Amino acid sequence: MTTHPETSWAAPESEPQAAAAALTPADVADAARLVSFGLQAKLLPARDAEYAELVRRHREDPGFARLADAVATGMGLVVLEVSPRAGMAVAAAEDSVFAVRMGDYSRRAAGESTDRFLHGLAHLAVAAMAFPRPEDLADDGYLGRITTNGVDAFVRQACRRLEEQAEAEGANTDPTSDAPGLEAAWRVWARRTATGATKDARRLSGSTIGIVSKAVLFLVDSGFLQKTSDDAGGTFRTTARYQLQVRDLAGSAAMAELLDLGVVAVTDGTATLLPADHSEDLVADAGLPFHSL
Amino acid sequence: MTVIADQPTAHELRPTAAAARPAPGPAADEGLARRLKALACTAPLHDLESRKVNLAGEYSSYAMAEVGLAVIDLVTLNMDFDTGADRDIVLSRLLPRVAAQNPSRPTTEHERVARWVLESLINVGSVDRGFRAVYGTFGADGSYVRRDYDFKLLEEVPGPDGGVYLRSTDEAVNVLVGALDTDVTSAQIAAEVKLEVLIRRGRLADAQLAAEQARYRTVQYAETLRRALDATRRNVRAVDWMQAVPDLIDEALDHIADRYRHENAILTNIRKARDETEEQEQKRRAAELVDIVKDCIRRHTQLQTRLLEAGPLFRAEQDRQAFAAPGARSGIDLYGHLLAPLLKLPIAQATRPTDAFFARAIGLRTPTSVRVTDLVDLLLTPPVEREHLGAELPDPDLVATPDDSRFSEAQLEAALELLDLPADAPRRLSGLLADARRQDPDLPYLVALLAVHAASPPVGTAYRQGEERLLFAVDDGTTLDDPEFGGADLIVGSALLDAAGMAADRKDAS
Repeated sequence: MTTHPETSWAAPESEPQAAAAALTPADVADAARLVSFGLQAKLLPARDAEYAELVRRHREDPGFARLADAVATGMGLVVLEVSPRAGMAVAAAEDSVFAVRMGDYSRRAAGESTDRFLHGLAHLAVAAMAFPRPEDLADDGYLGRITTNGVDAFVRQACRRLEEQAEAEGANTDPTSDAPGLEAAWRVWARRTATGATKDARRLSGSTIGIVSKAVLFLVDSGFLQKTSDDAGGTFRTTARYQLQVRDLAGSAAMAELLDLGVVAVTDGTATLLPADHSEDLVADAGLPFHSL
Repeated sequence: MTVIADQPTAHELRPTAAAARPAPGPAADEGLARRLKALACTAPLHDLESRKVNLAGEYSSYAMAEVGLAVIDLVTLNMDFDTGADRDIVLSRLLPRVAAQNPSRPTTEHERVARWVLESLINVGSVDRGFRAVYGTFGADGSYVRRDYDFKLLEEVPGPDGGVYLRSTDEAVNVLVGALDTDVTSAQIAAEVKLEVLIRRGRLADAQLAAEQARYRTVQYAETLRRALDATRRNVRAVDWMQAVPDLIDEALDHIADRYRHENAILTNIRKARDETEEQEQKRRAAELVDIVKDCIRRHTQLQTRLLEAGPLFRAEQDRQAFAAPGARSGIDLYGHLLAPLLKLPIAQATRPTDAFFARAIGLRTPTSVRVTDLVDLLLTPPVEREHLGAELPDPDLVATPDDSRFSEAQLEAALELLDLPADAPRRLSGLLADARRQDPDLPYLVALLAVHAASPPVGTAYRQGEERLLFAVDDGTTLDDPEFGGADLIVGSALLDAAGMAADRKDAS
């Protein structure tokens, strides 16, 4: 911190027009300071007086806000929100030095296409379970709760539902041997073991629970989840930043890719995890009906 | 791993293969595929036999397929409602069979064989921990397509305590008991009616087989319900709580009530058979049957507890969600718009959206940059030595608490001696008090306390602990005439208990 914020404050309050025009190096330093706070994802304005002061200035002083946003953009960051609850929520732009690549995340995922998919799906499933209804994703006050084992069970149930659907249609979902890329995505998750005993009592990293567990631990480090207990393989709750990141960035990016593939799911905006049709009988061994679309 | 041998030469010999299709129709083809899959499920067991020569050491004298089937058996029977079977328990129960095959070998070798068979059936080496068989079918246009069939025999599931448990899959139960495509309920009823008839006719060997089959069915039923309740707990919105779930729970409760009555009736019958028969073999069989049926009853009770818990759990979740204020709508429904459509896609395509989501939902990492001077300092700093034993514990300062008990040990002994009455000669409390007063002026108070306590003797505790005698006191209406105490002049005596009989009863009841 080069200058105390108070000193550069006095001027803009008396003559705001002039201040917007004349930015001092001290203002730039403060803006960069705010961005650096934003990069510490676990830090909240409520816990740090200086951070809170800078966030307040960002909200009240448009000139300073533009400056801070420009600093962030120049560093390859996307500003999602600046607020007392989330602080300066920034995300890494593509090709930014701050971006995490699949290869750094998991060496195995970089080489194996199925593992690459499973790791990506794990992150999507964590988000889907944390925000099961569209309202949950939109409601700023909503706190999602997930468990590691619960995420795996949730995906497995969706897979089982698809398996039944295929069976009911009489389709043979066994993939052809010489075209592994044509195998349905749900089968890949379903056939991977859920967990496994290892020699040193750690989680089997290749199992689906191991993959989900890696995802949630990484999200904890990113300041997106907070661990609440060790039950069911680890229980976590979401932070405001995770909701922003999923809502404003990740969800729409994945949607765009899906649309690009020609897959359009049309709904009326209400939740799709709905009760089953009353007329349908419960099939033994099916779990409970889990209807989508 | 099983690979069904292909026959390229046959195709070459017959270029007009499409015209001379060996399968007369799609139905026959499907039947063939189903049989091939069933055959593939047994392959890992055969595989055990053929792979045992590759083990370092002399293992040819072990019948590995037998051990393999025994493992599946043990896992199926030890599977609990909540978790699977404990790996160590399965291995320890397996050991006697392995040891019996080769008693002269050391125990460590037996353990190794048991572990090897278990791990082979899980297929520990593969990343999926499962098996894959290849089979061929004819497509709609008559072209021959080779397909992969993935299956598991034993799967590892997470337990509530974070441990890893074993479950046998449907395929394994298929290999083990056969007849997978049967309706669980009707199969169980059939098995139990059969059981009752067999017991009445005294054919216990057959009855045991039927009882074991009934237990497999019970396990399957519990498994079905476990999955259903798991889903309820996971996602309330996904569950139809208006009709489907209450119906399911009602059905299950009816089922339990029904089976419970049925199995208790069977239990009575077998107990009678066990006690009346003279033959040792019959007696042993009947005793085993009692165990099996008791296990069935235990499983039903467990299931019932779960069913009763489901309602309150749902209501709590429902309260939380229904009374939340309606929020703004977001454009994206993560499950309906993204996850569900994505799972249906071929894997090659599905990777694109997941990659996009991954890259943006993972957050950012600040790259570390190091100055050379810092690096040198960092590398040259000796590691902080951790104290192995930790800090020294301060000696606790102990203060002796004063002995404030009203009666001394010697007084208690004297009182107990007075009350150690022969079983056939109970005494009046007044006489006991007079005796006590002669010994020690404080003693009558203790004797009176003990006598009053004996008015409600701890029968349950004595029964559980298998005691041989019990002090009791009875009031027959006589008034106590004593300078210090008032009330009833109790009759105090000792009752002898049938310790051996109680022990047998306890064993029976557990």
